Amino acid sequence: MSTATVTEKAVSTAPATRPATRRRFRPGRALATVVAIVVALAWVFPVYWMLNSSLLPNVVLTSTTPRFLPTGGSFDNFVAVISQGTFWPALGMSLAITLTTVVFCLLFAFLAALAISRFRFRGRASFVLAVLFIQMLPAEGLFIAQYKLMSSLNLLNSVAGVSILYIAGVVPFTVWMLRGFVAGVPIELEEAAMVDGLSRTQAFFRITFPLLAPGLVASGVYAFLQAWNEFTIALVILQKEEYRTLPLWLRGFVQASANRATDWGQVMAASTLVAVPVIIFFLIVQGRLTSGLVAGAVKG
Amino acid sequence: MTAVSTPARTRQDSPPQQVRHRRRPVAPYLLLVPTIAILLLALGYPLAWQFWTSTQKFGLAQQFGKPPEFVGMANYVQLFTDPQTWAVVGRSIAFCLVNAAVTVIVGVLVALLMNAVGAVTRLILQIAMLLAWAMPVIATMTVWIWLFDWHRGIVNWALTSLGFDFTNHNWLEQPLSFYFVATVIVVWMSVPFVAFSVYAGLTQISEEVMEAAALDGATPRQRFFSIILPMIRPVLMIITLLQVIWDLRVFAQIKMLQDAGAPLASTDLLGTYIYRLGVGSSDFGMASALSIFVLVLTVALSFFYVLHLMKEDS
Repeated sequence: MSTATVTEKAVSTAPATRPATRRRFRPGRALATVVAIVVALAWVFPVYWMLNSSLLPNVVLTSTTPRFLPTGGSFDNFVAVISQGTFWPALGMSLAITLTTVVFCLLFAFLAALAISRFRFRGRASFVLAVLFIQMLPAEGLFIAQYKLMSSLNLLNSVAGVSILYIAGVVPFTVWMLRGFVAGVPIELEEAAMVDGLSRTQAFFRITFPLLAPGLVASGVYAFLQAWNEFTIALVILQKEEYRTLPLWLRGFVQASANRATDWGQVMAASTLVAVPVIIFFLIVQGRLTSGLVAGAVKG
Repeated sequence: MTAVSTPARTRQDSPPQQVRHRRRPVAPYLLLVPTIAILLLALGYPLAWQFWTSTQKFGLAQQFGKPPEFVGMANYVQLFTDPQTWAVVGRSIAFCLVNAAVTVIVGVLVALLMNAVGAVTRLILQIAMLLAWAMPVIATMTVWIWLFDWHRGIVNWALTSLGFDFTNHNWLEQPLSFYFVATVIVVWMSVPFVAFSVYAGLTQISEEVMEAAALDGATPRQRFFSIILPMIRPVLMIITLLQVIWDLRVFAQIKMLQDAGAPLASTDLLGTYIYRLGVGSSDFGMASALSIFVLVLTVALSFFYVLHLMKEDS
């Protein structure tokens, strides 16, 4: 179920569940509406404040009364942040690591998902069980050992080192996600094509694969978000400043804030630069993630 | 069209097909090779190394070439006789339980709110929740640190305008207010997931049941506790479990708040403490022992979640 369908469903079921006869004014409903608007504003405020501050010059931000609208604002903070020269290398690092992770993760997970949803073989159940447990292992319980591994492989401060750890971290859930998609394509379709004279491989690539595209996109975006936002492993493996990914680059600004001379307008511009692509991608897969994590629980 | 007409035909053809595939197939194992290989390299080996290192004396001297020496369970004994460890473990568990509880309660309330309002208001609320959910954790932390900034943060300004004197109040200095800020942030970023999941559960409850209960004179309170709550119980349990697991491993949030100028020793939770032991003091033996403890705790907690997912798979 995607974001769009969540809202669509909400909209389309509304008339059915609330017949016209009940549309007269009810104080309870009005109160709920007011509370809902207040909650919505409270939740969106930090995001708004980030955008607002990113547009205002530091002089305004450090004055005694805050300015709630970006009147007289400009994109100067963005220009300043980008022209510092550290943004592009960090972006490049993030892109290299994220793309490597997405490509390999999708490839590996796709093959594995195919195995567990199209074949019954000995060890299948234990593999699924292992994948599910591994998915829950916290980076916080392993990063010291992973640091030692990468240091002995001479892969500290490298795209490859971080990517290997990211792929392993993301692949289990991706396998789980894709498994659902592969299982959702009826095997009968493939078999029908085979009856009509295609080989098993041909049948798979001509019939099943195109039907899997949405699943691959959703899993790919999931892997992208995980790798793009990851902080813990990056912090441990990429200790040199010139190899920082965007989250580490952003952290650099906050660390400087401890010295109490922060240009908050620039920090918020930096935050916005990191957040906006993520927000867009996130909206694409959100529903899939919710239903993937708690699937079954709803159906009972 | 073909899809509709063929199943009958294929069903006759499929038995020989399946017999062919039941003959010890090699294909599925080949397909699993890349995934298993990367998991063994990036997780399996570190895991084994960690077990081994947790039984070794492995500190700074070993970093410079001295061979590690086997000390059995000594690291664990030393770790768990140290009051500092128990302080960190205690704080982590308290933080995780409080955060998970607050998140789930607020999340359920927001879901009920989504269910109670009209379509337009619901859409507004859902968009606000989605934006908060989509924010990357480091950007989230940066914004909240700015909101709670001691000097020009809007929180201090608002509280001062309301008549409390919060001018130049440093929220991160005292552990309790440090954890209060951390809780506000963790709850803010975790509530959307809970709210959407519970709301999905609420939409499954049939309107007829609710109306029948209302006609029979059940108060809203009774309807919530006797109908809604039992019906969303499965989804609620999974979500609570996931929140507990996730809140136990908060790292980025605590690390970022510490970076913004909080005292380390009194604000460390498990993740940051391991980081300080391992990366900070190069005491890999102790860091490994504590990591193993975290892993065991997580696996124990994950057990029920995995069981639930397996049920879905079969």
